[in-house]
Amino acid sequence: MSGKDARKGLWIALFVLPGLAIVFAVILLPLFMSLFNSLFEWKQLLRGDFVGIDNFRRVFGTEPYRTRFFNALGNNLTWFVATMLVQNSLGLLFGYLLSRRMAGHEFSKRVIFIPVLFSIVAVGFLWGLYLRPNGLLNGFLKLLGRPDLTRAWLGDENLATFAIILVNIWRWVGFPSLVFLAAIDNVPTDCLEAAYLDGARETTVFGKIILPLIVPSITVITVLTIIGSLNVFEQIYTMSGLDGSPNFSTDTIGTLFYRTAFGSVDSGNPEIGIGSAIGVIIYVLTFGASIFSIASLGRREVEL
Amino acid sequence: MTTDLRFRGASAGRKAAIVLIEILLASYALLIFYPLANMLLSSFKTTREILRFPFALPTKIDFANYVTVWVGKGFGRYFLNSLWMTGVSMAFVLLFGSMAAYGVSRYRYRLSTLVYMLFLSGIMLPLKAAIIPLFILMKNAGLVGKPLSVILIFIAMGLPSTVFILSGFMKAVPIDLEYAARIDGCSDWAIYRRIVMPVVAPAISLVTIYNAVPIWNDFFFPLVFLQNDRWKTLPVGLTSFFGQYSTDWSLLFTGLSIAVLPVILLYLFMAKYFIRGMTAGAVK
Repeated sequence: MSGKDARKGLWIALFVLPGLAIVFAVILLPLFMSLFNSLFEWKQLLRGDFVGIDNFRRVFGTEPYRTRFFNALGNNLTWFVATMLVQNSLGLLFGYLLSRRMAGHEFSKRVIFIPVLFSIVAVGFLWGLYLRPNGLLNGFLKLLGRPDLTRAWLGDENLATFAIILVNIWRWVGFPSLVFLAAIDNVPTDCLEAAYLDGARETTVFGKIILPLIVPSITVITVLTIIGSLNVFEQIYTMSGLDGSPNFSTDTIGTLFYRTAFGSVDSGNPEIGIGSAIGVIIYVLTFGASIFSIASLGRREVEL
Repeated sequence: MTTDLRFRGASAGRKAAIVLIEILLASYALLIFYPLANMLLSSFKTTREILRFPFALPTKIDFANYVTVWVGKGFGRYFLNSLWMTGVSMAFVLLFGSMAAYGVSRYRYRLSTLVYMLFLSGIMLPLKAAIIPLFILMKNAGLVGKPLSVILIFIAMGLPSTVFILSGFMKAVPIDLEYAARIDGCSDWAIYRRIVMPVVAPAISLVTIYNAVPIWNDFFFPLVFLQNDRWKTLPVGLTSFFGQYSTDWSLLFTGLSIAVLPVILLYLFMAKYFIRGMTAGAVK
């Protein structure tokens, strides 16, 4: 190696190493430690015997973990489906409408993005107050003369998850809206003009030209929705508590994971083995589902 | 443009459609503004007034609640903690992130792709899932309860996207600029500092917003690592405040207003940057 190469190597190391060291210590090392720890039995913070996949088997097959885990996973799935159907469709609609530049579109664009900047914690507590039995929403329904519609929004097992999801959509819908808006604005205008001149209907233009051309942004939003749905935590913590009240109906993998890692409701003690196994499951689900949607949506991408 | 929906000169059916769409967008704007306005107004009402007349205006504008929450309940301290921890974390995210981006995008070497992938792996890995080993590591390092624990995590959270976004911009900086500087006797550091960084300055403002907003808002890691009241950040402080005063609606709305207002004020002046910055990772 010549002196010049050595100098170049030193410069590269100088530039790359500080960042790489932090990423290694805080992201990569804990990932491998999670994998490793999940294969052992734990007594509090002390590692015991190697038990293979026993922790995973207990999460999937032994009570109370099994009921809690699949109940939580089901709620995460509800989060994903509801967010895709309501938030992202609404986002696509808003993005499309804003791309037509009607009077006031700049204002609307800025307004729907405001709650995106708020912390989930502040939004969760604010709506938590509004959704209390004596809160603003029920007050509004009484004002409309429909006291029969008032509910304990966060106290009803059948409603609580959806109420929390709607609050989260209120906070976040501006994000997909403006991502879709940017994607639609990137569709070449001459394509659209040509279609309109040929007399194509609005729905045809949207379905046959715009939609195929914005598949990359649909992929991005889908992946972000997967990651977001699997990582729901603050929303539950602030609006229905760590236990996912009422009666675990709003529990998610995130809150279940936190309880197992830092002292669970069921046993009162931290369970590092089970907790690590759930952590690994979150990794695998997030990574697997993201790769899957990138691969399956990637095939639908069209180039002009 | 022909794709714009203009009211003037449109057919009757189209006019009706435009009116309908405008009503939809205006209603949505109301759905965003009203809860915020009500929060602000409620902070000037007594709990009794809030519960009995939720839609009424406050009878007087009195900032006593704000003084109580800001001084007496420690929100001033929480706010400052959030501010300096976000600031320090962002300084290192930008420094180490731009250096790493320079190191992977401006040199040709066999390992550059591997280094780049190592940084990028952090984008899709949910860091929360690693809280158990992170806690063990921090405990062994004696950092639990110290701001450094959270700052290190924030830096790691910010680096992957910073390297991803900045290296894209740095690749586009013409190599001729670098040659010219080299002939003038510039070192690699001087080229990074004086040539490449100024050229990618607009991208720096993007990654700053892209990372500073989630770091400022982060709840999970300060919740786990900073339980001491002295180092609580705004989201964690807000949480313990809600636990303590859960029936004093008047104070709760004041606390929420204090948490939310600064963000709205900043957004008023920099809406464009916030929108471009926050969507930077998802928009080409």
